[in-house]
Amino acid sequence: MTTDKAHKILKRKKLSQSIAFSIFALITAVVVLILLGILYFIFVRGFPALSWKFLTTMPTDGMTDGGIYPAIIGTFCLIGGSMLFAFPIGVLSGIYLNEYLLDGKLKNFINMMTNNLAGVPSIVFGLFGMALFVNKLKFGDSILAGSLTLGLLALPVIIRTTEEALKSVDDAFRIASYALGASKLQTIRKVVLPIAFPNILTGLILSIGRVSGETAPILFTVAAYFLPKLPHSIYDQVMALPYHLYVICTSGTNIEASRKMAYGTALVLILIVLISNILAGIIRNYYHKKNKI
Amino acid sequence: MRRTRKIIEKIVEGIFALSGAITSITVLLIIVFLFQEGLSIFNQKPVEENSILAVHPNNPVSKLSGLQIKDIFDQKITNWKELGGNNDTIKLFRLDEAGSLFNEEQMGSNFERLPHCIDSYLVKTPGILLFFNNRYISKDFRGKKIEIENVNPYSFLLGKQWFPTAQPVAQLGVLPLILGTIWVTLGAILFALPFGLATAIFMAEIANHRIRNILKPVVELLAGIPSVVYGFFGLIIIVPAVQKVFNLPVGESGLAGSIVLGIMALPTIITISEDALRTTPRALKEASLALGATHWQTIRRVVLPFASSGITAGIILGIGRAIGETMAVLMVTGNAAVIPHSYFEPLRTIPATIAAELGEAAYGGLHFKALFALGCILFIMTFIVNLVFQFIAKKKKY
Repeated sequence: MTTDKAHKILKRKKLSQSIAFSIFALITAVVVLILLGILYFIFVRGFPALSWKFLTTMPTDGMTDGGIYPAIIGTFCLIGGSMLFAFPIGVLSGIYLNEYLLDGKLKNFINMMTNNLAGVPSIVFGLFGMALFVNKLKFGDSILAGSLTLGLLALPVIIRTTEEALKSVDDAFRIASYALGASKLQTIRKVVLPIAFPNILTGLILSIGRVSGETAPILFTVAAYFLPKLPHSIYDQVMALPYHLYVICTSGTNIEASRKMAYGTALVLILIVLISNILAGIIRNYYHKKNKI
Repeated sequence: MRRTRKIIEKIVEGIFALSGAITSITVLLIIVFLFQEGLSIFNQKPVEENSILAVHPNNPVSKLSGLQIKDIFDQKITNWKELGGNNDTIKLFRLDEAGSLFNEEQMGSNFERLPHCIDSYLVKTPGILLFFNNRYISKDFRGKKIEIENVNPYSFLLGKQWFPTAQPVAQLGVLPLILGTIWVTLGAILFALPFGLATAIFMAEIANHRIRNILKPVVELLAGIPSVVYGFFGLIIIVPAVQKVFNLPVGESGLAGSIVLGIMALPTIITISEDALRTTPRALKEASLALGATHWQTIRRVVLPFASSGITAGIILGIGRAIGETMAVLMVTGNAAVIPHSYFEPLRTIPATIAAELGEAAYGGLHFKALFALGCILFIMTFIVNLVFQFIAKKKKY
């Protein structure tokens, strides 16, 4: 082969590489632009709607004016309720899977079930919550029923992150603890959990972000179309942000007039997700830095 | 002291184990409740509980299916001959026609003699098909009651019409909904796959550390945006755009649904594909580069084949997510329960149907059970997709 020919081949190879890479870069840019586009669109149009009054007053005039106060409170009730239920059980379950259960058929089975639960569509959670909590256990459309449904939905995420967090704890810590005569429970409580805690917290925060935006599971378990008052007990119905957004942009009394409210509601929803993502990131970074020292 | 500590340890371990079982218990409970409610639809007749269909006593026809009854009421079937009976024109009688057939004197002021009127009218008319409430059945009713067939799995799965509240018989054919779901899902994956894969390759192989550190949170955020916000975005931006670009009467269509769902499936495909691409051993890549292959050739011939099962797993999980997605699809696909013929027409998916109709279905009624049966179908679809995903994802690790 002459050097000239080899040179040509090399050149062609280089050319096809740069073409391919530019295409990939371009497509990635498009994907990023789509996301930024969505964010920009919601921020720019939602920001004018955002005000103290919007966040702290009841909706009025057939939900075309006023605020989204009851929906915000409702969503926070649901976040609190679902996490109160799912966080402890999820963490305990994660500890069991990682610290107690040895590799084997049982572990494979539980892992499979957890993965399957994670894959169950949210509307099926809604159906199930309605059948079990609302009808069978007679909770009615209530914060209790909605929180339990959302909690079940959040479980796999919490279990997974807890497991990952515990896995990342170096076995040397455990061995050192045993060597000092500590029991298994003491080791978990005093050594493993404190180290893994920040990462477990990250999972909690991320699942809060997810739970706050879920609509399908609360449609038939708690969400109220229009309810301009605050809940008094866990057996009350509440409005919730995602359902409110759905209502005012599809079936409200005056869809055009409530556009502004819709943008504002969407912005608040995105802000909750954004803040929880950033918070999780901060905790993760802080923890990594601390561990390096 | 040591013994109590040991006992406490055992108790705590028991609590841990119990929590460990929660997901399995939940999955089992979901199956039990969903299928209990959903399967009971096959013990039901597709008519309201108190309604009665009756014919002339000499009419040989004694059994009718839901579809036949509908065709009679739609006047597609007009002669008993077509149903295996005598050559008589079918004469329909509904309760609300009573006023034009009998006068008030005949019926009585409180309709107390209406049952008798119906009975004698029936005997006079050989081709009659009566549809009325059993409140108005006389004690010595001489007509022959028609047995209505139960909803059967075959007609449920393959029926082409979904009119769950139609009178006199509900039409419960879920084929249009199943096809709608499959169409939207396929469209979404066709859209998301090239974009997702290209982005994953860029992130795993091409981008430097700094760019990747920016891209990763962006993708995570894309995954975190609630589906109802995607639906809102689709409704306001994508639906009008689709309508304008393709000059359609309505923008709510399978295409709009596919685009929105495609965007939503992107993060799943990107994350899992990128992870798969990253697991390619360094030695393999370096061997390829040492042989004189360019970076692009290495990606194409070494990294992609190595990661192919992981990428497949990502696509399958993306499909699973897309099948079950409810709110966004509900808001942008137009929800027409017809068998889809093109992406430019409105269509309707299973989750959207459940979300839209469960609120108005009477608890425990036919419609209610039909929606739970839809939930069962959806559950089975996603369950299979998940099992396939886990099988492929596991195969990757050898």
